[in-house]
Amino acid sequence: MKPLELYLHIPFCVQKCKYCDFLSAPASMQERQDYVWSLCQKIRSYRELAKAYHVISIFIGGGTPSLLESSQMMEIVKALRETFFLDGDMEFTVEANPGTLTMEKLHTYRSLGVNRLSLGLQSAKDEELKCLGRIHSFADFLESYQMARRAGFANINVDLMSGIPGQTLPGWEETLRKTAELGPEHISAYGLIIEEGTPFYEMYGEDGKDRAQHEGELPDEETERLMYHRTREILEEYGFTRYEISNYAKPGFACRHNLGYWERTEYLGIGTGAASLIGNQRWNEGGEKITLSGKDQMEEYMFLGLRKMEGVSKAGFSRIFGCEIEAVYGDVIQKMCEKNLLEISGDFIRLTDFGIDVSNYVMSEFLL
Amino acid sequence: MAGIEQKNIRNFCIIAHIDHGKSTLADRIIEMTGLLTSREMQSQVLDNMELERERGITIKAQAVRTVYQAKNGEEYIFNLIDTPGHVDFNYEVSRSLAACDGAILVVDAAQGVEAQTLANVYLALDHDLDVMPVINKIDLPSADPERVIEEIEDVIGIEAEDAPRISAKTGQNVEDVLEQIVEKIPAPEGDPDAPLQALIFDSLYDSYKGVIVFCRIKEGTVKKGTPIRMMATGAKAEVVEVGYFGAGQFIPCDELSAGMVGYITASLKNVKDTRVGDTITNAAHPCAEPLPGYKKVNPMVYCGMYPADGAKYPDLRDALEKLQLNDASLQFEPETSIALGFGFRCGFLGLLHLEIIQERLEREYNLDLVTTAPGVIYKVYKTNGEVIELTNPSNLPDPSEIEYMEEPIVKAEIMVTSEFIGAIMELCQERRGVYDGMEYIEETRAVLRYHLPLNEIIYDFFDALKSRSRGYASFDYEMDGYVQSDLVKLDILINKEEVDALSFIVHADTAYERGRRMCEKLKEEIPRQLFEIPIQAAIGSKIIARETVKAMRKDVLAKCYGGDITRKKKLLEKQKEGKKRMRQVGNVEIPQKAFMSVLKLDDK
Repeated sequence: MKPLELYLHIPFCVQKCKYCDFLSAPASMQERQDYVWSLCQKIRSYRELAKAYHVISIFIGGGTPSLLESSQMMEIVKALRETFFLDGDMEFTVEANPGTLTMEKLHTYRSLGVNRLSLGLQSAKDEELKCLGRIHSFADFLESYQMARRAGFANINVDLMSGIPGQTLPGWEETLRKTAELGPEHISAYGLIIEEGTPFYEMYGEDGKDRAQHEGELPDEETERLMYHRTREILEEYGFTRYEISNYAKPGFACRHNLGYWERTEYLGIGTGAASLIGNQRWNEGGEKITLSGKDQMEEYMFLGLRKMEGVSKAGFSRIFGCEIEAVYGDVIQKMCEKNLLEISGDFIRLTDFGIDVSNYVMSEFLL
Repeated sequence: MAGIEQKNIRNFCIIAHIDHGKSTLADRIIEMTGLLTSREMQSQVLDNMELERERGITIKAQAVRTVYQAKNGEEYIFNLIDTPGHVDFNYEVSRSLAACDGAILVVDAAQGVEAQTLANVYLALDHDLDVMPVINKIDLPSADPERVIEEIEDVIGIEAEDAPRISAKTGQNVEDVLEQIVEKIPAPEGDPDAPLQALIFDSLYDSYKGVIVFCRIKEGTVKKGTPIRMMATGAKAEVVEVGYFGAGQFIPCDELSAGMVGYITASLKNVKDTRVGDTITNAAHPCAEPLPGYKKVNPMVYCGMYPADGAKYPDLRDALEKLQLNDASLQFEPETSIALGFGFRCGFLGLLHLEIIQERLEREYNLDLVTTAPGVIYKVYKTNGEVIELTNPSNLPDPSEIEYMEEPIVKAEIMVTSEFIGAIMELCQERRGVYDGMEYIEETRAVLRYHLPLNEIIYDFFDALKSRSRGYASFDYEMDGYVQSDLVKLDILINKEEVDALSFIVHADTAYERGRRMCEKLKEEIPRQLFEIPIQAAIGSKIIARETVKAMRKDVLAKCYGGDITRKKKLLEKQKEGKKRMRQVGNVEIPQKAFMSVLKLDDK
């Protein structure tokens, strides 16, 4: 049996955030119930496929999965257990937002085997939360966080966001410290991406190119980069290690599910728009299946693998593709090393700090 | 078609200022002489190259033969010879005119006489053609045919009172044109039994038939088997086929005799052998003298053309060779640029010719090209007495070896309404024009005469002229030799490295301004890279302008999870695609379009 990761998408939220381009929207109770029912149907439809796999991680994301009632979550997990072979020590994450969690829901999650909670905080400053269109305050978050600890969650991630309109470098540092001091096992710290179709895109344009019209709102590139570099410095003080471009963890708490995406572990996405990689095929639910050529797979191995701070393994490359990495990418690697964008450390090729800042430039070089 | 009498042949062309309706009238004539059904009519039958249709410009002279049943009961053969309507192709125009016995002058009933109208009429009169005026576009609300007729009589000095007032678009009164062709355009002359003397007015290469020569038989007769000789190039061949021009096709016939227009094939492999203007004679019984007026046309404008993808160099060479089969005035020779690699220095009759070739290479041959700024041929007089004809700025000798330089000058005529005279004079002065005089052709319109350096008009003079006169000025020019000029080579340094493909020759007085604008333009065109990039303009070792492209600080995707991978890869692909369109110069990646940016300095 091969390892498999499962992603379940819950496309509901209380209110859409201004930066959010995920498939998610407010919905009625009835809609949510209907969705859960069809999600369970869909899960069960994979009965045949499931036979070849054992599940190493589950991630229920959204949207705001914590919006679901305990009973609905139970139905979903029941369907999962009946369909898939779930490893006893698998990582099982549920995404939750402050303001939607209750002690009762948390106890239910625990009883269902959920062992990791991912909390969306984004900022410790209420004015920034308001600017993002979040429904909660920092105090709301603290309450949810402590409740989760009391419920017994020993692996908690907190999502943070830099580059928020109006954010300053000291403000960001304050958010980092306030969060780190709470002692979560994992922090994801993303730079704001202005995505098409979001209210922020309307305001600031593609890549924030219309930022000048809103002077002083979006931190400039220089500040944004400083924020990024300070993030690692500060979180290291609290015992975190950066293991991916935007992810930081205490030892042993790197998110196994997400590492799977960057290491091209097979995964099955279930629910509206969810993405799957099974064998050499990628698809999004409701969309066409794309068959990846050998070249596509090599490219993915590189540009996804380079997101990890340890980099990509040369031995891993030759094991998977049956040829030396140098035979395919020797010139690119050399060129990127000369520019101080990549470095080689033993079996691993990884981005330098400078390389991270301009990683799109580096990664695009690996497209064949 | 045996038994055609010379008296029933009419060989003519249509001359007009651009947009006055030449092609539309040609379409109507073809349609109304019944050679084609309405269904067969494409909108512009004569312009059969796709490109011509889009640009609305006739590039190569072509001909068509139609049959007209006149009101007098007789049948007439009309040979309509189309002429290119652009100053780049002036020589071709003159050869087409020489193949005719008369010309229809089309004048727009609203706009009246324009610069090209005059230039074309003078050209036609030089060839002793009878010019038959036609007033077109009488359906326009602003049409004033009577005023235009007066203008033709006053300005050009030809009788125009009974000129047909027509609308080629609607077909109104076009019948009158047909009747007047019979009445007013003289029948050809010439002795079918005299030694062969035929004028080449065009030729094209066909992969089955070889070169197809378009000619007007002035004297004698030619048929299959006739041994022929081109009197200027000396090429010899035996005629394989003769015929005439159907609409869009070649229709073979037994012979072509004095007065006729048609084509000859003779298994000739190269249009270089059949130069426009040359005289074909019978190699066995040659005529005493070639027809007058032949000259070898030389390119006026040069630029470097490079394949965007270096590996496509052989493809570019093949494509240029193929185009040259049909276009003897296109010249090219290999050159190497440090920035752009292997390519060709190409010579063109003018900027339009350049653009047409460039577009054909890109469209018909699927080539992605990088074109350097077009330049003219400068004469460099060296201190050691040597004279160089410089077509590539990079080859300019060291200033210490240069005694002086000369640049080509044109004699320009600009026709403009009086309210814009000031604006146009200003433009000409900015372009280093020397005022030669002005003549009012009527109360509100004048012809301005200037001597202008060719390098000041090849880029965007025409556009500037149009914009400063709200479209009312028209313009024509002819070459008028070389004059000494204070010229310098302006070099562009990117990240302290000279980029040879961006160098150009410019007058010393405008060098600073051009250098500054060039740097500004390049700053816009060159994307930020991993380090700061200085852009400098220099004359010799002296830096005269500088801009800086700031370093790229951030280009990173914060997030990339399972659902994003396909989308994120597309983003990377786009970035990679962008990089492909870049040229590596030293450490800097320069977008290909930056090499053309010098052309667009006046875009504001």
